[in-house]
Amino acid sequence: MVKFLPLKQAVAENLKDGDTVAFEGFTHLIPTAAAHEAIRQGFRNLTLIRMTPDLIYDQMIGMGMAKKIVFSYVGNPGVGLLRRARDAIENGFPRSLEIEEHSHAGMANAYEAGASGLPCAVFRGYRGAGLAAVNPNIKSVTCPFTGEVLAAVPSIRPDVTFIHAQKADKKGNVLVEGIIGIQKEAVLAAKRAVVTVEEVVDNFDDLHPNLTVLPRWTIAAISVVPGGSHPSYAHGYYARDNAAYLEWDEIAADREKFQAWMQANVIDKSADDFGARVEHLRKAA
Amino acid sequence: MSDTGFTPNEMMTIAASRALRNDDVCFVGIGAPSAACNVARLTHAPDITLIYESGTIGTAPDVLPLSIGDGELCETAVTTVAVPEMFRYWLQGGRISIGFLGAAQLDKFGNINTTVIGGYFHPKTRLPGGGGAPEIATSSKEIYITMAQTKRGMVEKIDFFTSFGHGEGGDHRKRLGIETSGPTLLITDLAIWKPDPVSKEFTVVSLHPGVTREQVQDSCGWVVKFAEALDETPAPSELELKTLRDLQARTKAAHEGTGKAKAA
Repeated sequence: MVKFLPLKQAVAENLKDGDTVAFEGFTHLIPTAAAHEAIRQGFRNLTLIRMTPDLIYDQMIGMGMAKKIVFSYVGNPGVGLLRRARDAIENGFPRSLEIEEHSHAGMANAYEAGASGLPCAVFRGYRGAGLAAVNPNIKSVTCPFTGEVLAAVPSIRPDVTFIHAQKADKKGNVLVEGIIGIQKEAVLAAKRAVVTVEEVVDNFDDLHPNLTVLPRWTIAAISVVPGGSHPSYAHGYYARDNAAYLEWDEIAADREKFQAWMQANVIDKSADDFGARVEHLRKAA
Repeated sequence: MSDTGFTPNEMMTIAASRALRNDDVCFVGIGAPSAACNVARLTHAPDITLIYESGTIGTAPDVLPLSIGDGELCETAVTTVAVPEMFRYWLQGGRISIGFLGAAQLDKFGNINTTVIGGYFHPKTRLPGGGGAPEIATSSKEIYITMAQTKRGMVEKIDFFTSFGHGEGGDHRKRLGIETSGPTLLITDLAIWKPDPVSKEFTVVSLHPGVTREQVQDSCGWVVKFAEALDETPAPSELELKTLRDLQARTKAAHEGTGKAKAA
C-alpha cells in the first residue's frame, strides 16, 4: 500500500544498482526532482528506459550511472542534440553505453503491453525503417486471420517507474492531467512506482469522473515536491522553462562545465530547492 | 533579406503552408513543419486539424511550441489523448491525411535520416533519432517534407533509413506492403518538388521567385531533374508575410523568457 515519504527515502527504498528504471513524462510532468535524488544517491549500472530521454537522462548518463538506454528520441526537444548522451555513444565517455532504439509507436505499444501483462506488443510499424535491422528486439508476426505481417516488440516491464503528477489525495490516489503522455502505462507496467506530486488535497470528490487517476494501490510511494518537474512543467501549476532547455545545450556541450553545473545545481541541492525554481513560471491567479 | 522583400526561408514556410487544406488532419513535425502548419491555420485554413505527437488533437497555439509537448498545445486543443492512443487509434488507425516532416538528410526518393551521420554502431554524429517519424511516414495518407537545401542535407545516399519514403523508387512501398502514398511534396527554400509518377524521384516543378536552376543544383547532392513545364512559385502575399513574421516574433519573445509572465 502507498506510503507518503520524503523523496530521499522514497528513492532509497525503491531504486537499487542494476535496476531497469523508467523516469517517464512526455515533455510534460518530467520527474526531474526524483532523477536528481537518484543522482545524489549515486546509483550505478542502471538500464534507463524513456521515450524521450531529454535533460534528466543526459545528466544521469553524464554522471556515469547508465549502462544502457532504451529510447525512441534522444534529443533536447526543439533545441537539438543531447550532448552528454552523444559523448557516451560516440566516445564511450564517461563509460560505454549500450543502446536499444525504437520509434515512439514501438515504445508506446511496448509500455501498453507491459501494463496489459502481455509479453509483447503487436502493431503496424517499422516498415522500411532502418531500426528493424539494427535492433534485434524488433521482430515481426503474421496475423493469423488476414496474413498481414506486423511488427512485434517485447513489452516494457521496468523494476521501478518514477513519474511526477499534479496532486494526490490524502489516501494516496494520484491525478495526472494535461498531456498525460505515457505515465499511466509506465506505472502499471512497472513492479513498483514512485510518484512525486505538486500537492496533497483532502479528496478528489470535485473532479470530473473520467480524469486519469492512478488508484493508491498501484503506487509504492508518494513524495510531495512542489516544482519537482522543473524545467518541464505541471499543467495548471507552472509553465515550461523553455529558456532552461536552451541553456542546457551550452552547459552539456562541455564536460567540465557540465560537472560544475551538476555539483552546484544537483549534488549540493535537495528536493526542497525546486519550489523556488518555478516561482517566476507560476500562473497568475 | 534579398531585394525581393522576403527571405528564402520565409518563401519556404509560406509555400509549404499553401499546400495544406482547410479539411486536412495534419500530424505536425517540430521545426519548419510546425511554422508552416500554423501559418496555414492563421491564413487560408482556419479549421485545419493540427496534431502533435504529445497527444494534442486540433491544437491552435498562439506561439510556435519549442517542443512537441509545450503546455499551450494542450490548452488550445480540442482534446488531448495519451501517447499510445495517439499512435494506435489516430495514426495507425488511418485518420491522418498529411504527415508533415523535416529532415536532417534526405535522398531523391524522399527517404529521411534523422538518426546518425556515419555508421549506426560507431556514428560520427549521433542525431536524436526518429521519434514518431517511422510510423508517421508509413501510416499518414501522404507525406509532405520541408527543409532548406544544402549539399550535406540533400544527398545521393542517406546514412540511415529513419523514415521510409519511396525506398529505391518505383513501387518499392507496395512491395513492402505499405499502402499509403508516401512523400508527395517537397518544399525547399528554393523550389517545390513532386515525385515523378513512375520513378518516384523528386522533380522540381516550381522555382521560387528569382531562383535559378543552377542555384537549385548547386545546393543539392544529386543530379536534379526539372519538369518540362516549370512554374514560378507566387511570391508571399503581404498577409502571409505578416502572419509568419508576427508568429515568429511572438515565439522568439516567449522562448527567450521575455514572455514568461504570460506563458503559463
